[in-house]
Amino acid sequence: MGEASALATVNKWAPVIAVGWLIPGGGHFLLGKRLRGALLFGCVMLSFVAGMLMRGYLFEWQTGDLFTTLIYCGGYIANLASGIPYLFARWLGYDAPDMAGHVIDYGTKFLVCAGLMNILALVDAFEIATGKKD
Amino acid sequence: MPKMGLSHLETSLLMALVISVVLGITTKKTQNEQLRYGLKCLGYFVGTVFGLGWLMYLGHG
Repeated sequence: MGEASALATVNKWAPVIAVGWLIPGGGHFLLGKRLRGALLFGCVMLSFVAGMLMRGYLFEWQTGDLFTTLIYCGGYIANLASGIPYLFARWLGYDAPDMAGHVIDYGTKFLVCAGLMNILALVDAFEIATGKKD
Repeated sequence: MPKMGLSHLETSLLMALVISVVLGITTKKTQNEQLRYGLKCLGYFVGTVFGLGWLMYLGHG
């Protein structure tokens, strides 16, 4: 799909992407793919809640050397991609410290993974909305 | 807020399960393909967990 046709169909995919970001799987629901939407919602929420119950760390935007920038900014973007679960967690004051511990570390990975899975869901919803996929 | 403490194996299997479902849904078109690919990914994840686990155990002496 070229840039022109992507712009032409922006009114089709933009709401899908917006809803899909805020509510994991919500884009699929808008497109009538309820089973896929429910499964994606379940997986992203399970991962996010498991991460919180393990006291995972939610990344802050932080720059410095290359690895610090990559890890903290990448982690922040991945966390933000979870949508409403992330916004609610922040709003309700969830703030686990970034400290050593294997369970905490697993939790951090689950929180990041939830956002990355939601990005995959958004790409899928975009492809469905633009007719590249059924 | 309650706290959850899973073992490394339980955590790996939970992670493998959710990622397999998402990969199956997002990368394949038909439901049959999605199911097969999801199960295949899950098998690879679990196989890798046990394979690397045994490799580290045996390598540790």
